[in-house]
Amino acid sequence: MKFSVIVTLKKDVLDPQGKVVENTLRNIGMEDLKSVRQGKYFEIEINIGDPKKAEKKVDDMCKKLLANLVIEDYKVCKI
Amino acid sequence: MNSSVIVFPGSNCDRDIAVALEKMQFKNRMVWHKETALPKSDLIVIPGGFSYGDYLRSGAIAGKSLIITEVIKAANSGCLVLGICNGFQILTETGLLEGALLRNKNLKFINKDVNIKVTNNQTKFSKKYKKDQVLKINIAHNEGNYFTNPEHLKKLNEESLIAFKYCDTKGKVDEENNPNGSLENIAGVYNSKKNILGMMPHPERMVDKMISNKDGINLFSSLLN
Repeated sequence: MKFSVIVTLKKDVLDPQGKVVENTLRNIGMEDLKSVRQGKYFEIEINIGDPKKAEKKVDDMCKKLLANLVIEDYKVCKI
Repeated sequence: MNSSVIVFPGSNCDRDIAVALEKMQFKNRMVWHKETALPKSDLIVIPGGFSYGDYLRSGAIAGKSLIITEVIKAANSGCLVLGICNGFQILTETGLLEGALLRNKNLKFINKDVNIKVTNNQTKFSKKYKKDQVLKINIAHNEGNYFTNPEHLKKLNEESLIAFKYCDTKGKVDEENNPNGSLENIAGVYNSKKNILGMMPHPERMVDKMISNKDGINLFSSLLN
């Protein structure tokens, strides 16, 4: 079973890299841009057949290592 | 006094801190991260560097290493723990210190001597300094922007857990003298019991006049008494 995990900085945490990307997109003429937040993407394959159990395992991985919950949020999706 | 310096793949200030500790008459041992037991230690130092190439987040992988379980146990039973630079990042990743070190606000790696003020001189790490004494200490980091939640920031202030603040030569703390965007110019913090100190500046680089200055000496001599 395969999952994707997206980790981003929390809303109230300054994201200077996202800000630079945002400004650059504006500079190259991308209109209607509201904001950009930069994050990390993981693809995780897991040897558990039961989707619920598998997702719980990935959730555990996020909490224990992939995300730092002081500054980051994460989202798990089955793919 | 017995000290242990934990060494990870990518640690690069481990020799510097060992030299500083030995100069100050600590009996020091280097401890590889795969060890599962610590030698008898009054002080554990987690040195600066780029453990595991800063993969995932600075300090994240080192924060899960075998020896860290022992460091956490020792810290919880009152052993003194000092984390410098990457060591500070590792301590926040383990949860021994609250908060996190974010990417520098200006997105640049900063390597320069800065002024920091001793905001609390009543701890085992700082008692040889004067209150509000201004030190010139080197910083060299890409992720030194200290961040924490508002409740913890309040606690840091109320319980005098802020160890050092970035300032000018006269001790003025303002945005102009904040190299990396840290909340309230914070350069170092203690845990509630004040037996754990994490700091971005490198005191071990300031123990010899021939190569820099001696502003870091008193941190180590404070620990000896």
